[in-house]
Amino acid sequence: MTDFLGLYNYWIVIFLMMTGFYIVIARENLIKTIIGLNIFQTSVFLLYITMGKVTNGTAPILTGSHSGESHGAESHGAEGHGAEHGQELHSAAEGHLESGVEVVTEIYSNPIPSVLMLTAIVVGIATTALALALVVRIREEYGTIEEDEILEMDRNS
Amino acid sequence: MIEQLPVLVIVIPLMAAPLFVLIGNRKLVLLLTQLVCWTVFGITVSLLSRMQYGPISYELGGWPSPYGIVYNVDYLSAFVMLFVSGLGAIVITYAPKSVEREVHHSKHSLFYASYLLCMTGLLGMCITGDLFNVFVFLEISSLSSYALISLGKTRRAPLAALHYLIIGTVGATFFLIGIGLLYQMTGTLNMADIASRLQAIESSRTMLVAFAFMTVGLFIKMAVFPLHTWLPNAYTYAPSVVTCFIAATATKVSVYAFIRLIYVIFTPQFAFERLPLDSALMAFSLVGIFVASAAAIYQTNIKRLLAYSSVAQIGYMLLGISMSNVGGLTAGITHMFNHALIKGGLFMVVGCFALRIGSLKLEDLRGAGKTMPLTSFAWVVGGLGLIGVPMTAGFVSKWLLLTSALSLELWPVAVLMLLSSLLAVVYIWRVVEILYFSPASHLAKTAKEAPMAMLIPTYIVIGFTIVFGCWTVYSAGIAHAAAESLLGITQMGGVQ
Repeated sequence: MTDFLGLYNYWIVIFLMMTGFYIVIARENLIKTIIGLNIFQTSVFLLYITMGKVTNGTAPILTGSHSGESHGAESHGAEGHGAEHGQELHSAAEGHLESGVEVVTEIYSNPIPSVLMLTAIVVGIATTALALALVVRIREEYGTIEEDEILEMDRNS
Repeated sequence: MIEQLPVLVIVIPLMAAPLFVLIGNRKLVLLLTQLVCWTVFGITVSLLSRMQYGPISYELGGWPSPYGIVYNVDYLSAFVMLFVSGLGAIVITYAPKSVEREVHHSKHSLFYASYLLCMTGLLGMCITGDLFNVFVFLEISSLSSYALISLGKTRRAPLAALHYLIIGTVGATFFLIGIGLLYQMTGTLNMADIASRLQAIESSRTMLVAFAFMTVGLFIKMAVFPLHTWLPNAYTYAPSVVTCFIAATATKVSVYAFIRLIYVIFTPQFAFERLPLDSALMAFSLVGIFVASAAAIYQTNIKRLLAYSSVAQIGYMLLGISMSNVGGLTAGITHMFNHALIKGGLFMVVGCFALRIGSLKLEDLRGAGKTMPLTSFAWVVGGLGLIGVPMTAGFVSKWLLLTSALSLELWPVAVLMLLSSLLAVVYIWRVVEILYFSPASHLAKTAKEAPMAMLIPTYIVIGFTIVFGCWTVYSAGIAHAAAESLLGITQMGGVQ
């Protein structure tokens, strides 16, 4: 049971993936198909972000290895929540105490999957924009966005 | 300058594309696009000629190998890049008249910019040594090809493009899931690095799932039967020039990515012994060859006929790969090259018909052999190549495939291959008969011969199918070197 709940992120990924995939396959309305495609892609973003998370890891932002002033500015810039923010400040202070030696006492989450997903999100947006543009053109030509009606019109012409 | 060549292949067309959108003058953009394409072709030729001194590895931005992105040029990638950029250059030289007729004037500079982006993506997939980079380039080439296909004249073009977009995006996303799972296992995206780390891992379920996702994703992009449904419509309704380029290159680059996946990232032992992918691949290829060839026989549109034939020809390439020995792999790689030439040439012939007759229905092409003799003759020569008649490029790759099948004592495969060539005879002959031995249709009667600006590039490509049918040093020879280095790498990996 703990396995089941502990992996809940992955269950959400699978649920979203299947939902999106089903919509792509089952819906005749072209806009709905594109929405399904988006859900499908989003599930993959979630998959990557989940695998980048390290237990008890903080946001991967350098703190504490510099002098006091700059570390204040840096942790200020961190977009963490209250708790994470406090933790960062705390560990940063630890690092500061043992000054001169670069000590990394924090556990960081892996930033690479998130960075990869930034690229994938851009790709996803480009795909959606292109798909919507195509739907606009299809609507202009056929006057409908229901796939079965379009195919019917093509068969008759 | 010389050591920067690998990155210039990508940077030049990638930077040129947005610049051309800004320039906007269609005559100037056309000229510059041709210049860029021929420059890139020149670079790939010089890269391939450097291969005798060993493979090149280029670190982007000076970041060392497993951390930064590397571009790898070896025999295989240089060879694939050579024919992608070569056909890209020759098709764009052929293009102006056809684009003039089939694409609206206001869209010309956008058209050429997308064309360059598509080429960038395909070349990038060949050269990069970073798995995520493959996905990005795959999407660059796919997105621009969706846009190019949607520019077709008929109203069915946007619908065909949208169908391709939906199926293609699902395929690319599958590939992305596979990359994610591999990253989860190994913590790296560099292909060579992944390969060395996978050696240490015995074999886990994650690895199987990753491999399955990536294979299916690439199968969609390759249009392997039965995942080919997007292809006939996309090829049929796209502008002729786009069909020439995409049919000749896009599916082959996916085959290339598949070869890399099996032979560089995973091992053939994993793919073919742990998993029965070789027999599955063989079955899919053979069924695909027969079903698609049979479907081609019944088509009434010449472009759709060739599209189905493309689905069948992908089967021959996979058949070679599935044999997993030097001979089979050589045959598969050679067929990638030969088929790119043959199908590129045949679609260029179709583009000439589209320009002068204005219809691609077989009934409207009746009797065109009298009014367009040069174009029709090009069809005959290209068609012989597709069938695999001796002295043509198609014969070379089929012969290699056949000898390789016989050396493995796969008699049924050899027999089925010969039978499937007969189906190609039927659909090619059907068109020949319509062109030469049927009473002329009223469209064909008034048609003029295609302009020299289109005929000369067509004949160059068709001529090369004959050249590489007689003289195989630079087709099968390079493919053999590529196959040996692929299998050599994996054997070394096994020893380590």
